[in-house]
Amino acid sequence: MVFGLMICGGHTLAASESEPVVVGSKNFGESYLLAEIAAQALEAKGITVQRQFGLGGTLICYEALKSGEIDLYPEYTGTLSQAVLNLPGSPNRSQINQALVNDGLELLDEYGFNNTYAIVVRDALADELGLKTIGDLNDHQLALAFSHEFLQREDGWPGLARWYELDQVGTGIQHGLAYQAIADGAIDVTDAYSTDGELQRYSLRILKDDRGFFPEYRAATLVQQSASPELRKALIGLHNMLDEASIQALNAKMVIEGLSYQRVAADFIKANAERLALPEQTAQQATRSLIQENWVVELWGHFVRHLQLTGTALAAAIIVGLGLSLLVYQRERLAETVVYFCGLMQTVPSLALLALMIPIFGIGFLPAIIALFLYSLLPIVRNAITALTNTDPTLVKVSRALGLSAWEQLRYLRLPLATPAIFAGIRTAAVISIGTATLAAFIGAGGLGEPIVVGLSLNDTDMILQGAIPAALLAILVELGFAALERKVSPPR
Amino acid sequence: MESLQTMSDTELETDAAIVFQGVSKSFGNLPIFSNLSLMLPKNQISAIVGASGSGKTTLLQMINGLERPSAGSVHVLGEEVPSQGLASFRRRIGYAVQGAGLFPHLTARHNVTLVAQLEGWSEDEMQQRFQSLLASVGLPLDVADRLPRQLSGGQQQRLGICRALMLRQPVLLLDEPFSAVDPITRLGLYESFADVRRTDPSTTVLVTHDLREAKRLADFMVILDQGEVVQSGAPEHVLENPKTPYAEQLIESQLS
Repeated sequence: MVFGLMICGGHTLAASESEPVVVGSKNFGESYLLAEIAAQALEAKGITVQRQFGLGGTLICYEALKSGEIDLYPEYTGTLSQAVLNLPGSPNRSQINQALVNDGLELLDEYGFNNTYAIVVRDALADELGLKTIGDLNDHQLALAFSHEFLQREDGWPGLARWYELDQVGTGIQHGLAYQAIADGAIDVTDAYSTDGELQRYSLRILKDDRGFFPEYRAATLVQQSASPELRKALIGLHNMLDEASIQALNAKMVIEGLSYQRVAADFIKANAERLALPEQTAQQATRSLIQENWVVELWGHFVRHLQLTGTALAAAIIVGLGLSLLVYQRERLAETVVYFCGLMQTVPSLALLALMIPIFGIGFLPAIIALFLYSLLPIVRNAITALTNTDPTLVKVSRALGLSAWEQLRYLRLPLATPAIFAGIRTAAVISIGTATLAAFIGAGGLGEPIVVGLSLNDTDMILQGAIPAALLAILVELGFAALERKVSPPR
Repeated sequence: MESLQTMSDTELETDAAIVFQGVSKSFGNLPIFSNLSLMLPKNQISAIVGASGSGKTTLLQMINGLERPSAGSVHVLGEEVPSQGLASFRRRIGYAVQGAGLFPHLTARHNVTLVAQLEGWSEDEMQQRFQSLLASVGLPLDVADRLPRQLSGGQQQRLGICRALMLRQPVLLLDEPFSAVDPITRLGLYESFADVRRTDPSTTVLVTHDLREAKRLADFMVILDQGEVVQSGAPEHVLENPKTPYAEQLIESQLS
């Protein structure tokens, strides 16, 4: 562990005194890779970098960049024009940059490839039938199967079919299964992304979108307008360095060969040291330090962070939840309102809640804790209020007849009898927040969600399990621990 | 409270300690009492008898303010049942609830001594009183540290009586206090109850449906029928001269 800390510390020590540059990424493989390449390119120029990878989607990344929580992340032109800026058609980079001025952001030079939707067929089938463009599909009876999202979206199959006047009917298939299915010949045509590593592995060919239906999704680094000249200079070498074939190859190394994105990025930087104007030595150093990263140390770090997240949120929820319950349990209306409000919190989807946190609390530890706190509140408050108000009415009557004050009734009757239910509420809250905390990785709060998020994006089951198994074990352990504690503190019945 | 206890018994014996004046009470649309007036004598045992649903328990609970009259007033030892500060008012009234009503999470000892502890009694004083009460209701000392669920219904009920007697309060309310105790033990309890009252006299109101018990214990008897006092007075007198068909039927069914 000491070894691991030294490695981590190494980055900071070698760095300049100034604030580190925070590099973000979305939660899919290519975004990790591009972000890591940018990060290593910066580090190679002696700039200190802090990584906030695996942020949960465009909205979260964009907001984080706008609010200065991160300094850059890889983005795509089509995503910006469609999902963020609402620009029609396929605007180019300078048109997009005009629209970005309002938010104080700027899209740097493109990497050189277009990661858009693609309609793919087996190489062999394409040769056999002479398929070249999407329009060629009309001449043949083929088995079409698309991911469910693609089948639904207006910019997916429905729009595409109209655009090319295709009259075939597509069926739905789980995206993860589609590659295997098309390779096995179970289906002939499916949707993919033009940079997917699987395209090479399964020998698939992209049919040309010659009528230009799909918008362009050209990758580039999104930064703040105020980005320093050093930073811009360090990234300039990445301009036009990756075409579709080379990004496909890099993606394939991660998805098919199972290499880590750090490793693939490091190899890439090393191989292109000359073009990036880096001394050979620096590049080698970057590679070595990554290989030495010990996964046990890393996992332990995630585990500790996970405990910090859930522990802090739970402690706050216990204090606030029980305090609130004690304040309102005697007033029926108020108690109902409080329970209702806490229930409302629970219905906000976790990712939406996390996204809502960003403009207020930024990204990272704090907003994650606040979101987990809000989620933990309901079971604690509901159980406490229910238990405190449902004390056996005969016993309440007796306690009144004995001349116990409201406080004494609480202290000697209601609270001891409510203890098991209160504990059950805390236990539920603990288990919920251990589970929900895995989502905290989406806003850069780390924890056991990090290997899960990375693993999901890279289709790497081992990595997913690296996060999921400890998280599940932790939940079970906490469950058992609380059950034992509950038996200890509960009044004998 | 202090002054009342030091007054001689004879002087106040026949005075009314509990007075109901024009009391009406209904639960929602269901009237229980209408313009009821009743006086219960000081430092004596008054038995309220009547069938289930005749309003016995409601009558009892209006004495310590668990139920409030819809109209009229209830005075206890010259003081009207207050609407504020009921807790301290109730501390002066012992109460044994129907079915014991012990706190399930407290030991027998803690159940009985809880209020004394809150009143700031010393540990010695508390344990002494507790042990003498246990002895007088015929419970062995080894029940002291058991929980209610480890005790029989009769044992629980006797602990409920101990709890009501613990503070030697000037007013004692007993709601069917011996119903779960077996008949033989019950006879012994009547004896010890009389003993306890000799050392700690109190104005006692006993709600019971058992006329034999009322006859055995009470100095004053009230027959309640559907919220109305049909007859009251010395038990011998009431039992010999039933005034209404209901009273007659009640007496005949139990005593003949």
